[in-house]
Amino acid sequence: MGEFIIKMPDVGEGVAEAELVEWHVKAGDPVREDMVIAAVMTDKATVEIPSPVSGTVIWLAGEIGDRIAVKAPLVRIETAGEADEAQPVQISQARVAETTKVEIAKPAPAAPAPAAPAPAAPAPAAAPVEKPLAAPSVRLFAREGGVDLRQVQGTGPAGRILREDVEQFLSQGAAPATVKNGLARKTATEEIKLTGLRRRIAEKMVLSTSRIPHITYVEEVDMTALEELRATMNSEHREAHPKLTVLPFLMRALVKAISEQPEVNATFDDDAGIITRHGAVHIGIATQTPAGLTVPVVRHAEARSIWDCAAEMNRLAEAARTGTATRDELSGSTITISSLGALGGIVSTPVINHPEVAIIGVNKIATRPVWDGTQFVPRKMMNLSSSFDHRIIDGWDAATFVQRVRTLLETPALIFIEG
Amino acid sequence: MKEIVCKLLVIGAGPGGYVCAIRAGQLGVDTVIVEAGKPGGTCLTVGCIPSKALIHAAEEFAATQRMLAGKNPMGIRVEGASIDLGRTVAWKDGIVGRLTNGVSGLLQKARVKIVHGRAHFRDGKTVEVETETGQQIIRAETVVIATGSDPVELSNLPFGGRVISSTEALSLTELPKKLVVVGGGYIGLELGMAFAKMRSEVTVVEATPQVLPLYDAELVRPVMRKLTESDIRVLTGAKAMGLADNGEALLVETSDGRRESLSADRILVTVGRRPRTAGSGLEELDLDRAGPYLRIDDRCRTSMRGIYAIGDVTGEPMLAHRAMAQGEMVAEIIAGKKRAWDKRCIPAICFTDPEIVSAGLSPAEAQAQGYEIRTGQFPFSANGRAMTMVSEEGFVRVVARADTNLVLGIQAVGAGVSELSAAFALAIEMGARLEDIAGTIHAHPTRSEAVMEAALKALGSALHI
Repeated sequence: MGEFIIKMPDVGEGVAEAELVEWHVKAGDPVREDMVIAAVMTDKATVEIPSPVSGTVIWLAGEIGDRIAVKAPLVRIETAGEADEAQPVQISQARVAETTKVEIAKPAPAAPAPAAPAPAAPAPAAAPVEKPLAAPSVRLFAREGGVDLRQVQGTGPAGRILREDVEQFLSQGAAPATVKNGLARKTATEEIKLTGLRRRIAEKMVLSTSRIPHITYVEEVDMTALEELRATMNSEHREAHPKLTVLPFLMRALVKAISEQPEVNATFDDDAGIITRHGAVHIGIATQTPAGLTVPVVRHAEARSIWDCAAEMNRLAEAARTGTATRDELSGSTITISSLGALGGIVSTPVINHPEVAIIGVNKIATRPVWDGTQFVPRKMMNLSSSFDHRIIDGWDAATFVQRVRTLLETPALIFIEG
Repeated sequence: MKEIVCKLLVIGAGPGGYVCAIRAGQLGVDTVIVEAGKPGGTCLTVGCIPSKALIHAAEEFAATQRMLAGKNPMGIRVEGASIDLGRTVAWKDGIVGRLTNGVSGLLQKARVKIVHGRAHFRDGKTVEVETETGQQIIRAETVVIATGSDPVELSNLPFGGRVISSTEALSLTELPKKLVVVGGGYIGLELGMAFAKMRSEVTVVEATPQVLPLYDAELVRPVMRKLTESDIRVLTGAKAMGLADNGEALLVETSDGRRESLSADRILVTVGRRPRTAGSGLEELDLDRAGPYLRIDDRCRTSMRGIYAIGDVTGEPMLAHRAMAQGEMVAEIIAGKKRAWDKRCIPAICFTDPEIVSAGLSPAEAQAQGYEIRTGQFPFSANGRAMTMVSEEGFVRVVARADTNLVLGIQAVGAGVSELSAAFALAIEMGARLEDIAGTIHAHPTRSEAVMEAALKALGSALHI
């Protein structure tokens, strides 16, 4: 009997470990070649891991939720005898030889199964899986028109799908019996499997909203002075400096306000009941990427100048968009900024990035009339919509924090004054 | 050296890689292709094309031998004939040269940049190439791995000296007097038969009970007959144990457990091919495997985003035309078109004498998949054209669903049947029924009439049998 070790594959660029999210087998189970044995997840994707061999599972590396390092043993499979083809054996032997050197940190969670069943029986001859019957040109026509041929009824000989059948199918939605004023019912549905980043986002959002009682507080901020300062700084900006947006100012203002109210820069392990207040201010910046929402992290904002904050934020946003951000750059934030300002909007209800306790939402800057005591004057106004974990942060403290940030933004010189 | 940044990097300019690069170039994708050897890969340089050249030369020579022996029924006699293998190989090299130059020209015409050297992955988007002029870094948005395959070596019979792979066999300038072929698959039999025709004494050692184990016994039978007629000794169920102590013979254990020593000038080992994944940094990428091969989905995507794989490196069937179709599809996907692998069949040909073609399902495969089938078989002995060409062995066989007469597979064995493969594959891809083939006029007198007759036979209405 041979033994085959499946190692945690490198599931993505720069990911050093991945989380076990699903076991499809347990110790003692027979596995077939190519059968999916586990699913692992990184910040970016969920990856299914197939077995390259047939045999019996004798050891699993951990339980669901455990993080396993890339290249560490994941599953051990007892294979039936030495195969006699030269090729696969060479590879499997090489892998075993390579992996047995690795220290295995955890003992096997379960003893080898007693009297494991004989190697998996060959899969029963299934009923023929019919590919849709259509000529290559019709297949291409359907694919380019976004039609799944399995949905199309063929009218040709032997049920062959003709081009006309696809055209008929395409026009069904657009031309039902009642064509009034060009409006038509659409009955098509599309099923999309939740995978990868989207699944990760969904799980994270459920975690945040189901566990954290949010309190959201909105205040308007007069950004006129800051906008003037920003325009001046940008017009004088030197080659070495990036163009400033509002966010670097907000980041520095947060650093300042946090130094006075450290309770908002914290993470709350609600299972253990422990709040960790962080000296470092690692600011997550919610960023839209082609794949979905990610949160690259500007680390140690407290030790960065405003230019430095801007440059780092630009670099991370680009890395996130192109999918080259490392795991470290996508995790470890202690507070998060969410900005939908570019799209407009007056108020938002940001969802806290669990296990953090605060998130600051930025809304659009708009010139609005403001009563200055004697008259209406045009001022550049912006709303901050911020959510706090009400278990940790009282409403009073949340409001105090936001008011402090408001003061800093309205009189931006305060941001730069020491002490 | 300055870095190259491109949209698409293709690694390997075999039939999969070069087709992919040409199509991508035609579609305006900024493309670079890396190749360590000559463009054309195994197929053009040490595979399909050179072997077919050698097989043709061997057959021409064998024809003269039959004339010489007075066995030519058409009344042609010759006084003497000889073959100069050195000149044969030079002629073959000329053809290979024309084709590889042709591929280079096509790549240039499609504005594909060719980088010569061995590629090594630095990460999933960056490749280092050791070129003659130094190290070249290439960064690409998308990478297509088309590195191909190598002949498998037996641990007890390593390549070197008398032990050769198909690559060396295609460039021998001296005819081996005694040739032992280890592995009775299609490569071993094609070359073994060719050398036998050039008057080498050939023995084939096959571990399984049948040569050409991928084809059913009925298709293989005419080839077996020809092997016997050509005085090729076939040892099935026999194991190659290693070289004899003097290094001039192969020790085998025959099916009845006897040990035998087969003296040989050359021992040709053709026991399969394995994907070329070592030494290119592919191991570190740790892409999902399906056995030793890279695992791909129906769009040839690997487990890493932006990395595709095509051709032999993705597994069986290791056929140039499969790689080409994959390459074309991947290029179109990269250019933003909607494509997926939706082929119904990949025809496979064995260029033995007689040739074997198979497209779609054999009767046994169709039954194993749960189909009720009807089959029709028509022998070339009842085909006029076959008689006029003095090669009546073999037949065409059609496999169809019993309920709808939908053609599931067509196979043939016989001289020149490789050219019928286009008709077989077209019928299957188009979803033809037996009636479609039977109702199509097949020109007379040709071997292709046997296709129509086989369909008629399956329908119970053959004319010429």
